[in-house]
Amino acid sequence: MKKFLIKRIFQLIPTLFIVAVIVFFITRMLPGDPAAVMLGPQASAEDVAAYSERLGLNDPLHQQFFDYLVNLTRFDFGNSLNYNQPVADLIMERFPNTIILAVSALILAILIGVPAGILAAKKQNTFIDYIVTTLSLVGVSMPIFWLGVMLVLLFSVNLGWLPSTGMGSINEGLWPFLRHLILPSLALATIPMAEFARVIRSSMLETLSNDYIKAARSKGLKETIVIYKHALKNALTPLLTVMGLQFSKLLGGAVLTETIFSWPGMGLLIVNAIDRRDFVVVQGSVIFVAIIYVVINLIVDILYKVVNPKINLDDPHGGGN
Amino acid sequence: MSEPLLKIDNLHVEFKTGSIITRAVNGVTFELNKQENIGIVGESGSGKSVTATSILQLIPSPPAKIANGAIYFKGKNLLELSTKEIRKIRGNEISMIFQDPSTSLNPVFTVGNQLIETIRAHKKVSKKHAKQKAISLLDLVGIPAPDKRIDMYPHEFSGGMRQRVMIAIALACDPKVLIADEPTTALDVTVQAQILNLMKELQEKLAMSIIMITHDLGVVWETCDKLLVMYAGRVVESASVKDLYQQPLHPYTWGLLDSQISEEQNSSEPLASIPGSPPDLSYEIKGCPFVERCPYAQEICYQKTPQLNETTPGHAVACHFQTSEHQLERKERGYSDGDTT
Repeated sequence: MKKFLIKRIFQLIPTLFIVAVIVFFITRMLPGDPAAVMLGPQASAEDVAAYSERLGLNDPLHQQFFDYLVNLTRFDFGNSLNYNQPVADLIMERFPNTIILAVSALILAILIGVPAGILAAKKQNTFIDYIVTTLSLVGVSMPIFWLGVMLVLLFSVNLGWLPSTGMGSINEGLWPFLRHLILPSLALATIPMAEFARVIRSSMLETLSNDYIKAARSKGLKETIVIYKHALKNALTPLLTVMGLQFSKLLGGAVLTETIFSWPGMGLLIVNAIDRRDFVVVQGSVIFVAIIYVVINLIVDILYKVVNPKINLDDPHGGGN
Repeated sequence: MSEPLLKIDNLHVEFKTGSIITRAVNGVTFELNKQENIGIVGESGSGKSVTATSILQLIPSPPAKIANGAIYFKGKNLLELSTKEIRKIRGNEISMIFQDPSTSLNPVFTVGNQLIETIRAHKKVSKKHAKQKAISLLDLVGIPAPDKRIDMYPHEFSGGMRQRVMIAIALACDPKVLIADEPTTALDVTVQAQILNLMKELQEKLAMSIIMITHDLGVVWETCDKLLVMYAGRVVESASVKDLYQQPLHPYTWGLLDSQISEEQNSSEPLASIPGSPPDLSYEIKGCPFVERCPYAQEICYQKTPQLNETTPGHAVACHFQTSEHQLERKERGYSDGDTT
């Protein structure tokens, strides 16, 4: 386990370096002069040139790249051109909001998707199974921007039950906070929910056909124990993989959902930064998101071991016999 | 003799896939007495496993369906019990062990966990008490250092040791009947003998009855008192092991015996085999199911299905030409002249 962790942490370095390089050059290729965008259409050419000079945009590219890498090693993501604040502060301000949204979407997806998938597997080829499979197919293929708009139309515009945008502060009480959270987390949960249901259904079906399930029944165990103890733990591995991927996507900033619902998270921060050619913020946020991705992947790998004792993390061939 | 412990009466099991109905078991009847060991032999698809798994209703339903018949255990028809009632019998009064111990143990739980849950499913005992019992069971089946091994996972055991664990689980609640579905097929030859000896020893010690399903005649000679030979979902011959070995009556049994490797086997001679393959059970079988492969088939064999009739006490056969007044002679090795398929 220790060996595994050390190895994995060392592997992070080249991964993050490559991300840093790609992000740097892509932001430099964005059309439009950041200084011109920042100062607005009324600014004179001299002002733009002076501002460019101040931002260091006139330095040779390799010089800019070198400075950027040196700063990164000190976890200095630079100063936002737009907000004139350190990018790290901006991220720390926005990221908790994204966590709130992502975690509630994940919980919603697990609470609904997993039991639905198990039920479908238990009742394979029945009406219930067809409903779950159809709904989950619709769920994975539904465009989130459309679903988000429809939710707003129904619950905010027509019924007037829930606010359409923004985030409530927990200081105002639990209900105002939850009211703002319901629609965005529902929209964000749809795809993972459907994905979880599909994955757990197929992996449960595979598990239920195993001999140890027949053996468990032959021991006189209750059907609930057979399903939720013997089958579910074996069926969890593929679900964990998908869960990790989905969760890191959610944390990486649900760009569409946050934009539709004006949720002040990472996604909205990145979108606004791109709009304003605030490449420093884009660079910093994307690298931060990349770090989140790899960390969650690492956690998922450790969880595999918890679910399946046959997995030996220190053995490159997977262990077991 | 007193009432048998277990009685299978005219059991019919069907598998339905789409519009096709496969009649896997076709009127099987037999009795199992206290402390008796019955072997069921037959080739793949003869219905022996389906018969055995039907006793505890462990066949997947759908597609399988017990279409007809009754299974009496201590006078009660198991097929009429509720799910809850049958669950109280499974693993408690009738247990099962399966072919492949490496897939019958759940890989993600320790063997102790799987033993203890069986004990606690049927007996109201504390966890601590159940663990003590589990350790003594592992000891009983010959697992060294059971107090340490109990916390290990199945993949940390060898194949033979895993089958011993399966036996320990099956014996957890002192069952009256143990159904062993090809318990040695997946094991090494040397380990096979150890497992068979263990089963025989435990059967005597715990005074239980065993139904041993196998396609390996060698296994039944060593462990069983009585034998049923199954073919195409029916019992074609039933006799004591001694009778069956010395005086087999059904041409199919002859074929089975001749295809065994014997000590006198000349290595240059091809091993005898039964030509052809079993009939497709998704069609209604008219006449004797073995007719297409039987070298002695006559007109009547195509017309009429032979019933299982006793020729001598305790020896029954389903063949038109094996009545007491009219018997075919078994020609040693003349069975499959030159046929090496």
